[in-house]
Amino acid sequence: MATLGASFSIITNPKIIQYLLKGTLFTVIISVVAVLLSILIGSVLALVRNYCNAPENKFFKLLATIYIEVFRNTPLMLWVFIGVVFLPIPKALTHKMFGLSSVETKLLFKAAISLILFTSAVIAEIIRGGLNAVPKGQFEAAQSQGFSVVQEMTYIILPQAYRKIVPTLLSQVISTIKDTSYLANVAVIELMARTKQLLSSANRYNGTGTINASDVFVLFGIAALIYFIINFTLSVIVRRMQKKQAKVPVRAQTM
Amino acid sequence: MGGLFSAYAWGMVWKFRSTFLLGLANTAASAAVGIILSLILGIIFGLMATSEKPVLRAIARVYVEFIQNTPVMLQVCFLYYFLAFSQHSIGILPTGMIGLGVYHGAYVAEVFRAGITAVPKGQFEAAKSQGFNYFEEMYYIILPQTVKIILPPMVNQVVNLIKNTSCLYIIGGTDLIAQTYSFVTGEITGGAYGPAYFVAGALFFVVCYPLSRLATNWEKRLKAREVATVAKAETAAV
Repeated sequence: MATLGASFSIITNPKIIQYLLKGTLFTVIISVVAVLLSILIGSVLALVRNYCNAPENKFFKLLATIYIEVFRNTPLMLWVFIGVVFLPIPKALTHKMFGLSSVETKLLFKAAISLILFTSAVIAEIIRGGLNAVPKGQFEAAQSQGFSVVQEMTYIILPQAYRKIVPTLLSQVISTIKDTSYLANVAVIELMARTKQLLSSANRYNGTGTINASDVFVLFGIAALIYFIINFTLSVIVRRMQKKQAKVPVRAQTM
Repeated sequence: MGGLFSAYAWGMVWKFRSTFLLGLANTAASAAVGIILSLILGIIFGLMATSEKPVLRAIARVYVEFIQNTPVMLQVCFLYYFLAFSQHSIGILPTGMIGLGVYHGAYVAEVFRAGITAVPKGQFEAAKSQGFNYFEEMYYIILPQTVKIILPPMVNQVVNLIKNTSCLYIIGGTDLIAQTYSFVTGEITGGAYGPAYFVAGALFFVVCYPLSRLATNWEKRLKAREVATVAKAETAAV
């Protein structure tokens, strides 16, 4: 570890700090956008899988179930690769933006859509958990008040289901932030890929002319620290929410 | 569709089936060793997390928090490159096994902690009053009672671990996903994307889906039994 000083000198370079922070920004933005869009798609999937029980709708229930189970039981990596090959991205979106080259933007959209498709299946199951926790009386009450199915879901059932799963959804943000690191396999956009990229050219920045074990230690250490700070903060918030939820008496929740 | 409906592409996959089988074998091997390692680490840190000594609890906490809040990909990369650049490389597959074991060990530790905390306090006191030492107490009295709580989340961890073997690709591994990728980008075999990805996905699904179903069913049965017990207790109380 005689080269530790030289390795630390890499991260005193403001350009490198900026490079890593930009990667962090991509990681966070991709994750938040992915979770938000996945809540939309996941809600539809969850509702269809849970309530399309009439014989004429059974087909849609089957489709939603297949979608959820297929994505949940195959690795994200596979879907990122599949997305890169098969997803059509309109030409209008494949030009230089966010400081990425046009090829990278194209890959960013493809990989991000794969991530969204994958996360939707996970979030659909979380939402289903929330829906199943809504007391039966609420459905009957909504129906007795003459709500249509769509009104019943949007005004009565979904708001209650969402409230119950806020902590779980937030911890899904943590998982998704970690999942974005799978994008490192196809493009240098987010934090993980940028760290790896920096390591491969560490010999140019540390002044020793070679890549040393201490460079790995410093660069991956910094990346780990960044991931840790973001995710640990989120997980503390999640835990506090769960405690608060647990404190509300059961009677009050079902009422 | 990348040759999903082309007999020629499917023929290629069949001709080079040994590529996929090798990937499957590597994925299975790293998953198996990873599971065993994560179980060992999970039990050790799970017990530490529930111990009476604050130091042990703190160590377990740090391990779990640090591992759970950073990506497995980063951990595996760190381990691999650190060993490689300090001339101590142990090979890609063993690195992957250790990386996966350590990552999922943190989750298994939390599963064990939750299981042990769910056992009523009286059980610990009863075991102590009967003169059991700590390990006897855990082995004969406490852990057997946690099994039914632990099993469903444990099986889910196994599924996640199997899926996470795909992160071996980044360090140049030869797991199923990496093999599939080198197949579809290979000079002779290139282009048969559809069938190759289909086969890889199907292999993962065939292994993971039954396990997920098992976990869900266990959980459901457990919940039903809980509800029944509560109802029984309530009627008895009335």
